[in-house]
Amino acid sequence: MTSQERTFQVDIWRGDENGEYQPFEVPERENQTVLDVVTYIQRHLDPALAYRFACRVGVCGSCAMTVNGRPRWTCRTHVSRVVKNGKLTIAPLTNLPVIRDLVTDMTPFFEKWRDARGRFVAGDGPKNELAPVEPESNERAAASEAIECINCGVCYSACDVVSWRDDYLGPAALNRAWAAWNDVRDGDRTGILKAVSQGTGCHTCHTHQSCAEHCPVALNPTFSIAGLKRASLKAKLKGQLR
Amino acid sequence: MSPVSYLLQRGTAMLMVPLIITHLAVIIMAVQGGLSAEEILSRTHGSMMWAGFYGLFVFAASIHAGIGMQTILREWTPLGRLASANIGHALIAILWVLGARAIYAVVWA
Repeated sequence: MTSQERTFQVDIWRGDENGEYQPFEVPERENQTVLDVVTYIQRHLDPALAYRFACRVGVCGSCAMTVNGRPRWTCRTHVSRVVKNGKLTIAPLTNLPVIRDLVTDMTPFFEKWRDARGRFVAGDGPKNELAPVEPESNERAAASEAIECINCGVCYSACDVVSWRDDYLGPAALNRAWAAWNDVRDGDRTGILKAVSQGTGCHTCHTHQSCAEHCPVALNPTFSIAGLKRASLKAKLKGQLR
Repeated sequence: MSPVSYLLQRGTAMLMVPLIITHLAVIIMAVQGGLSAEEILSRTHGSMMWAGFYGLFVFAASIHAGIGMQTILREWTPLGRLASANIGHALIAILWVLGARAIYAVVWA
């Protein structure tokens, strides 16, 4: 860093859940992302800083952090858009255990994907034939709207209900379950409805829409959850969820 | 929340919308018209219509409040599922008894 360079202050969370913010002075750059800032600090100011990233282009979903109090994907968040009073505060995602610095333990997040039965279950159809899925069908359209999730955990961190109840499945897992339920090839669609209509599933959502507001790829998990509520209620009334 | 609790919560909410509007409208009309307590009671005594109206109201309100309280306790206190459910069910019973007592008082007593 040269003396002529303009800098700004970045407070970074250090340590585990009982840690504290550490201030750094970082040079301003054109088109600088928040991930660039964190990388600069780790490479030039403190190599011990722990953070997580991979693709740097908004595909892998691994670099989400809390930036000035709001969960964001840092690789696609320009500093100029989020800096407040010339200052940036970067913390790990909320609603997840902190391992160290900016790295959270994503285990509970992905365990809930499993619990919501977001995986594909093959049916009994002929194994050598492709199952027809009409591109214009309602199910395919609903799945398409939900399917582009990058598993970043931003919605999970933004969700009020997750912050109140750590057993709630959360928007990402339920959004995935909605996409899976709309896959007409799935061999156990009722099993998905059973999984998501447990006491901690879709009916726990308050429809605050924080997930939709914060989702970096503009998905609407609240809409998906509303679909699961309707589908599971219908299945319950038909006696399919015993 | 289970699908059944969800259905009851939303169903009772929808049921209460016209009941609350009617309840408030009747209060305002009665007050504007200058009816005394005796005059109001003379109209409600023996009326199966008001017994049915407030019976439905008490039924919906007690269930709605009980399920809502259960959710609030789960989200805002350290109470577990069973304790929250027990308190919610107790609230349903209490509101039901108090409401039934009030209906008895204005229709039959």
